[in-house]
Amino acid sequence: MLPTLRHLTEPIVDGNPVTLQILGICSALAVTTSLSTALTMSVALTVTAGAASLLVSTLRRHIPSSIRLIVQITIIASLVIVIDQVLRAYAYGMSQRLSIFVGLIITNCVVLGRAEGFAMRNPPLPSLLDGLGNGIGYSAILLIVGTIRELLGAGSLFGYAVLPTVAAGGWFQPLGLMLLAPSAFFIIALLIWLIRSWKPEQVEQPEFRLRTGPDGGQA
Amino acid sequence: MIELFQRSVLEENLALVFFLGMCTFLAVSKRFETALGLGAAMIVVQTVTVPVNWLVQSFLLSEGAWAWAGLPEVDLTFLRFLVFIGVISAVVQILEMTLDRYVPALHRVLGIFLPLLAVQCAILGGSLFMVERRYDFGESVVYGFGSGVGWALAIVAFSAIRERLRYSDIPAGLQGLGAAFIVTGIMSMGFSAFVGVRLP
Repeated sequence: MLPTLRHLTEPIVDGNPVTLQILGICSALAVTTSLSTALTMSVALTVTAGAASLLVSTLRRHIPSSIRLIVQITIIASLVIVIDQVLRAYAYGMSQRLSIFVGLIITNCVVLGRAEGFAMRNPPLPSLLDGLGNGIGYSAILLIVGTIRELLGAGSLFGYAVLPTVAAGGWFQPLGLMLLAPSAFFIIALLIWLIRSWKPEQVEQPEFRLRTGPDGGQA
Repeated sequence: MIELFQRSVLEENLALVFFLGMCTFLAVSKRFETALGLGAAMIVVQTVTVPVNWLVQSFLLSEGAWAWAGLPEVDLTFLRFLVFIGVISAVVQILEMTLDRYVPALHRVLGIFLPLLAVQCAILGGSLFMVERRYDFGESVVYGFGSGVGWALAIVAFSAIRERLRYSDIPAGLQGLGAAFIVTGIMSMGFSAFVGVRLP
């Protein structure tokens, strides 16, 4: 594999911004009640992250370090304004359903984190790939959560019925909890558990260990 | 007004129902005292920024806001995100300097948390909700205060639980972040019980 492509693939599982670095879940979970909103949000975020990293990296030699955060936020906010206007123009219904959460991409830690942590020190192409990779890693989590919530909560995917619900004469009893906020937290927790069981090096060390025996042997 | 306050604190809790400010919520809740400080800073900033952004939105950004200057067709609503972020950062900065000058005791407690709040989804989210729901000025004050109190309540309760959790035997993969999410989920379920509660 080309070394530059590593920037694209690494953040998808190994350095996933959501499950490993707790970045960017602020605005993520509220849009996962249905798969179509999750997908729109994912595309919007990936485009913003890629473009912001590219722009910041291109300008990195001209940005004075004392005001770099303001410059980065201004770049990100301008990109988000463009995305918001595009959504309003071509997908007004979707823009209403995403409500304030498109605007909250500005404060999404993934975008700013990559701009500050990677793009300020690296050339444009790797930065673009890093931004896109982090966007895709974030999107993967969003889409998995969105699929589980819409499938179990409403028996449908993208609004098309997959599991025939009882109300429509089928057999599937939708789980109302899946459409409420708590389910998103539980699904993310289980995803983190799954990824960390697969990649044990991501496990956090506990601050205190339990003593098991009288000699204080470690658990 | 009381109904709006109660709804913004419990039923529409920014942290537990709209997932706003989750990064800070998870990162700064390891100790009870820091959570308390951050919660207090959040209440102050939110109470100031939401009404200020209301003024900015009504008198500068909304459609026809420039009619007094002979420019009735100017509609600057598309600048909302950029302006709100600027206003929030400015308010945080001014607040920090004011506290430092006049209430140094409070500044010592809140000082380190204020910059954290400049780029925080819950603050921007509060202002955007205020615009989307078309609150008037009085409502925006109540909503700002209420949503700040709600967020502070959530992080303080969460950090207290988390301090206890430190001594528990948790499966390796759930250690840290995983357990934090499950606790937040359970708290969120608890808060969803407030939906529909009406004060007499």
